[in-house]
Amino acid sequence: MKFDLDLIVSLAPELLRAAGLTLTTWLGGALAALVLGFAVALGRRYGPRFLDSALRAYVEVIRGTPFLIQLFLLYYGGPFIGLSLDPVPAGLLGLAVYGAAYFSEIFRAGFESVPHGHVEAGECLGLDRAQIVKRILIPEMTMLVLPPTVNMLIVLLKETAVLSIITVPELTFQISAIGSEKYAFVEAMFLLACFYWGLVELCGRLGRTAEARLSRYRFANT
Amino acid sequence: MSIKLFLLLVQACGWTIVISVTSIVLGLALGTMVSAAMLSSHRLLSLAGRTFVSFFRGAPLLVQLLLIYNLLPMLGLNVPSMVAAIVGLSLCTAAYQAENLRGGFASVPTGLLEAADMLGLTPLQQFWRIRAPIALRMTLPALTNEAIMILKASSLVSVVGVIELTRMAQDLSASTFKPLPLFAAAALLYLVINGLVATGAQALERSFRWGSKA
Repeated sequence: MKFDLDLIVSLAPELLRAAGLTLTTWLGGALAALVLGFAVALGRRYGPRFLDSALRAYVEVIRGTPFLIQLFLLYYGGPFIGLSLDPVPAGLLGLAVYGAAYFSEIFRAGFESVPHGHVEAGECLGLDRAQIVKRILIPEMTMLVLPPTVNMLIVLLKETAVLSIITVPELTFQISAIGSEKYAFVEAMFLLACFYWGLVELCGRLGRTAEARLSRYRFANT
Repeated sequence: MSIKLFLLLVQACGWTIVISVTSIVLGLALGTMVSAAMLSSHRLLSLAGRTFVSFFRGAPLLVQLLLIYNLLPMLGLNVPSMVAAIVGLSLCTAAYQAENLRGGFASVPTGLLEAADMLGLTPLQQFWRIRAPIALRMTLPALTNEAIMILKASSLVSVVGVIELTRMAQDLSASTFKPLPLFAAAALLYLVINGLVATGAQALERSFRWGSKA
């Protein structure tokens, strides 16, 4: 393999755009998944029983089936029930629905970790449900949910590569195309793997830093 | 969807299970070696172990599979895509299992190993009779999780042309134009397999607990 700098320079704009799409689908999908997951966890905690059962079934189905099958159902099956989506929105929706199931379980465990007495104390003080969630549940569970949340964000970053299969033109899709076109598929895939690896390591580091910061704050106040 | 199509999907499940089980077993063996390398006092060896784990946990499995599928022929190994898929899945799960096993092996009480030394057990005997059983019992829940992860991840080998459950559903939906029922049926089959694995693992964990009491 010869190193061709001109080739890389000529491909730079395309690669940057693809990397940008990987990052935006990841962050957009993850943000939507976090919000949706939190809503699911709240629905299961405070909603009526049938809502809890329905949401539980959703979580079990998503966690028990491969992400790829979910994407296929959404992208190829969707048009048959009147849901025709382009690859990028389908990918975003897929990531959100998939991630939300896992995030909701993380938040549910977080809610349950908060001692009952604290919630009851809040009720005695006349806090309403929203205030209890905002002032008691969220601050108290943050430390516990942070590590699995970071972990799940990393999983979602890696799952964005799967979006290439439904032709989302993100980095894996573009680099596979360029790699086969230039007869340098293995080299291209290796560099791509290293790119994700670096990003995942960076996320892990940031997560640990955030954890250290938060725990310092917490223990300084107790 | 006709019964015939459904039976084809059920048949394809066989390959999904064969690929997953083979990868889990190979990954367990390789993962044990990697976790030993990570725990080794030899600097270079432990660095190699940690780099292996970090890389295979850091890169997306899809990219790893595409890399290995195209790399093997370049190295002169013209293997069927099934073998390439198993190699890819095994390497990836080995990294995750190594990380789990590292905790398991580190939790073996030194007193037990000292006692084994006193009794004159060779290092190999110590491994098979003391370290491995304790580490395995400690990491069984993590191993179950990993097995379910791999069963789901095996859907990705469809991209390198292995006709397992996902690929069969894809091929059938392309020829029948009925993606919705076919992918839904595939999802259901994955749910059933994973449910069986989870139930079986619970029973195994219970019997392990009895074993340790006796």
